[in-house]
Amino acid sequence: MPIAIIDGRELELRSDERLNGIEAAARLGISIPYYCWHPGLSVVGSCRMCLVESGTRDPKTGKVSMLPKLVPACNTIVRDGTVLVTQSEKVQRARAMVEEDLLLRHPIDCPICDKAGECQLQDYYFRYGQAQRRADLRPFTSRRRDVGGGITLFVDRCVMCSRCVRFTREISGTAELMVVDRAAHEEIDVLPGFPLANKLSGNVVDLCPVGALCDKDFLYRQRVWFLRRHAGICIGCATGCSTWIEENQDRVWRIKPRENPQVNKWWICNDGRYDYPHVHSDRRILGPAAAPCGGQTADLDWTRLPKELDEQLRQAGRLAAVLSPFLTVEEAYLLARYVRGIDPQAQIVLGPVPIVGQDERFPGSFTIAVEKCPNRRGIEEIVAHFMHRVATLDDLLDALDRGEVRGVWVAGGYREPWIDEAKAERLGQAALLVVQDLFPSPLTERAGYLLPAAAFPEREGSYVNRHDHLQSVRRAIRPPMGVRPEGSLLWELAGRQGLYHAQAVLTELASEIPYFRAAAGPIPDVGLNLKVNLLAQTPDGVQHASV
Amino acid sequence: MPQYEPVLLANVCKENSHTLAVYQAGGGYRTLRRVLKEMTPAEVVTAVRASNLRGRGGAGFPTGLKWSFLPAGHPGSIYMCVNADESEPGTFSNRVLMELDPHQVLEGILLSCYATRATTAYVYLRYEYPVSYRRLQAAIDECYRANLLGKNILGHDFSLDVTIHRGAAAYVCGEETGLIESLEGKRAWPRIKPPFPAVEGLFRKPTVVNNVETLACVTHILDRGVEWFKSMGTPPDPDYPADPGSFGPKLYCLSGHVNRPGCYEGPLGLPCREVIERFGGGVWKGRKAKAVVPGGLSTGLLAASELETPLDFAGPIRAGCLGLGTAGLIVLDETYSMVDFLHNSCRFFAHESCGQCTPCREGTGWALGMLERIKAGRGRLEDLELLLEIAESIGIIPGTTICGLADGAAWPIKNAIQKFRGELEEYIRRTNPAGYMVAEPVPALIPSHNGGNHRSSTARPVSITR
Repeated sequence: MPIAIIDGRELELRSDERLNGIEAAARLGISIPYYCWHPGLSVVGSCRMCLVESGTRDPKTGKVSMLPKLVPACNTIVRDGTVLVTQSEKVQRARAMVEEDLLLRHPIDCPICDKAGECQLQDYYFRYGQAQRRADLRPFTSRRRDVGGGITLFVDRCVMCSRCVRFTREISGTAELMVVDRAAHEEIDVLPGFPLANKLSGNVVDLCPVGALCDKDFLYRQRVWFLRRHAGICIGCATGCSTWIEENQDRVWRIKPRENPQVNKWWICNDGRYDYPHVHSDRRILGPAAAPCGGQTADLDWTRLPKELDEQLRQAGRLAAVLSPFLTVEEAYLLARYVRGIDPQAQIVLGPVPIVGQDERFPGSFTIAVEKCPNRRGIEEIVAHFMHRVATLDDLLDALDRGEVRGVWVAGGYREPWIDEAKAERLGQAALLVVQDLFPSPLTERAGYLLPAAAFPEREGSYVNRHDHLQSVRRAIRPPMGVRPEGSLLWELAGRQGLYHAQAVLTELASEIPYFRAAAGPIPDVGLNLKVNLLAQTPDGVQHASV
Repeated sequence: MPQYEPVLLANVCKENSHTLAVYQAGGGYRTLRRVLKEMTPAEVVTAVRASNLRGRGGAGFPTGLKWSFLPAGHPGSIYMCVNADESEPGTFSNRVLMELDPHQVLEGILLSCYATRATTAYVYLRYEYPVSYRRLQAAIDECYRANLLGKNILGHDFSLDVTIHRGAAAYVCGEETGLIESLEGKRAWPRIKPPFPAVEGLFRKPTVVNNVETLACVTHILDRGVEWFKSMGTPPDPDYPADPGSFGPKLYCLSGHVNRPGCYEGPLGLPCREVIERFGGGVWKGRKAKAVVPGGLSTGLLAASELETPLDFAGPIRAGCLGLGTAGLIVLDETYSMVDFLHNSCRFFAHESCGQCTPCREGTGWALGMLERIKAGRGRLEDLELLLEIAESIGIIPGTTICGLADGAAWPIKNAIQKFRGELEEYIRRTNPAGYMVAEPVPALIPSHNGGNHRSSTARPVSITR
């Protein structure tokens, strides 16, 4: 097994691994500072912040011979016998000098800089810089330039790591950003008339190690140290990117990508990044209401409602439930189970799946899926489990037209208008119509019981993306007053004790539905692929436990 | 110096020396015909390796060794890049060869491509050499007509296309990976190594980058033999085991304060003083030399007391300079101010830094800013220490940047301060009598070094609205 030596400590490597100095040192908890390197981009080695001393150990004699020059750790592949020294005086001097160089023309405007608090230059300067500024040249001018795509560039803050330029060339493939001029006059710019305009442009803000590229959506709205971040999943499309939802006091301020090598790597698209305002929209339905005669609605309160609903459903007769692809699998399962518990013949159908345009695939392999919902696969499997086929809303509408169904529970949660008058009219034929949704629609007008739905940061549970990759999240913010998340309500309706516990439901689901079998144990942060389990099935339907 | 018969410049004084007819009349392409008939590519590489020919472009890397790094039996294309982006201040030997003897250069290219199995050669030509461009292009056209270029050259199983690419006047394009990037149509930011160009170069294919003068030497090694080549120059220094010695003829470019500036040929290892006296006819106006740049601005300075330094690849290093560089000597007479020299040097490198690596991008600009202040009479004695430290951090400590540009920027600073400290201190004391000892920060300068041909910082559209 290859063994590298970093700061005198041995690191065992797998023989198939190809780590650079930064990654290898991180394994041992040694941090090597860097600006220009990024695991998802090509290596240019230009910031010179990751300079280390490097050498090799002779496997026979054990003698270590060091290179006379400093090498960038980002471009040093660690192999058997590689020796890195990351803390020597020589290295520290080089780092301090790079820090001093970077601060020569950098405006020290941290108090008004959006990046302050999460700025690599700031952090590294405290850690590796020197206390005194010796340069007394060249005042700064705070120039700001719009580069398009909702991104603004603070020219003087730039440290020329060129990450953003490489991103637009390698990942988005649109190459809008470039470096103009030379030497100390260098700047990031776009060609006049060709602004930054691609659906991944928001990532350049995350890539920027300093406050040069700022997102106008977030600029001057919050100081980052007031934000708390929670693991989330983007509900924008069936790719299901891992995200960080950053909130302050139950208000979401921004969404950032969360590294997930199996789904989205380091990126998310702008559609997902700027998708949060609907959570705080004042159009949202913010409390339960009842309109027994289809006329005036009357506000209800949650104390009596579950009992009342339960009674109504039990009296309604033949039931049906519409599971929207925005529900988590736990919520969908609880609803299906509950409705089937009252009426064993109840129809369980999949709600409409929003399809917009075509898949958008970028050169860096990032894909925005055509299905604009997070959980079609998961709901499909639950529907198929109860109905032995994937029944859809149209099946239910036909049944309603034939008068076969009396009570319908529609779990919506759609962000966009999703149902037209005609379909709403047909659904309205049901004697009892329970509608749970985020925004008013033709359907909510016809609802006997109108229940508010939770928005995605308020939900807890799991989604399955279109490649059968299941990810679980906890809620990021508390729902607004008056909104009770589906999971919590259904948990109570199902007569379970205590608080809603998504993990318990998922475990139950895993034991009942073969598709979800792999989700029985704890779910890792990056999620797990359920297909592994599918492949382990034998043709005769006998299940084998999968790893 | 014993009587020396010029080799590289043997043709240049003939009338119409740039034409194929004159070149062939003087025995041109004789070596190519013989080599194609008698030698295999491997034998050519062996001969060049045995000659210890070192690159004439500045770094002095052994050419044969460089060729041998090419992957053996590579199935696809191999490219030859001819580095004719001669932009080191004080250097013009390639220009003389390309303008007055382009066929000699082409023969060297042909032989080197034969040795390295390259089928395409790109001549990366400096834009400021229009005559070189016309003459070299005319020579290439002549060669195509005479079947010295193109398919199956002279009936042998060897084909070569030569294309001239004119650069856009950036110093950094003379760095081999910067040249490759520029040739690929990108911004000339030198690439980080490894991978080296011999493994992954132009269009990600194995590539050899050689200087014009180096290639011209290849012809003569194959023509006159390795023994002839090694009969002149300096043998390896026993104190430096890594030194392969400095052999062969060399073009010395002499400029500055001499009576007869120009490009002269001699064996490697001539003492600096002899080059100035014999070729240049001594320092002009009967003055004495104060300092000499031994090999292009980036190599630093030899003081007047060091003029016996032999100009081979090891000599200037022993005298505390970066190296021989391109052997472009710039003579400064005793009246010339070191502050002016240093300011000019810093201005050049601050302008030409490609801006990729932090230490070079910022360090060159910082040094220039300090020099401007010193020149304007606001210098302090402690500035010299800081300048030395900047030089140290951008180039003297090896490996702090990707390419050698920063080293070149650092050595003139280091040499000037080391060897002429007294003069610089005297200047600072004289021009800033009130403040030369002040230790507090000096009020910042207006950024006047925004560069002559850079747009000013206020001329750009500025968006201040969200």
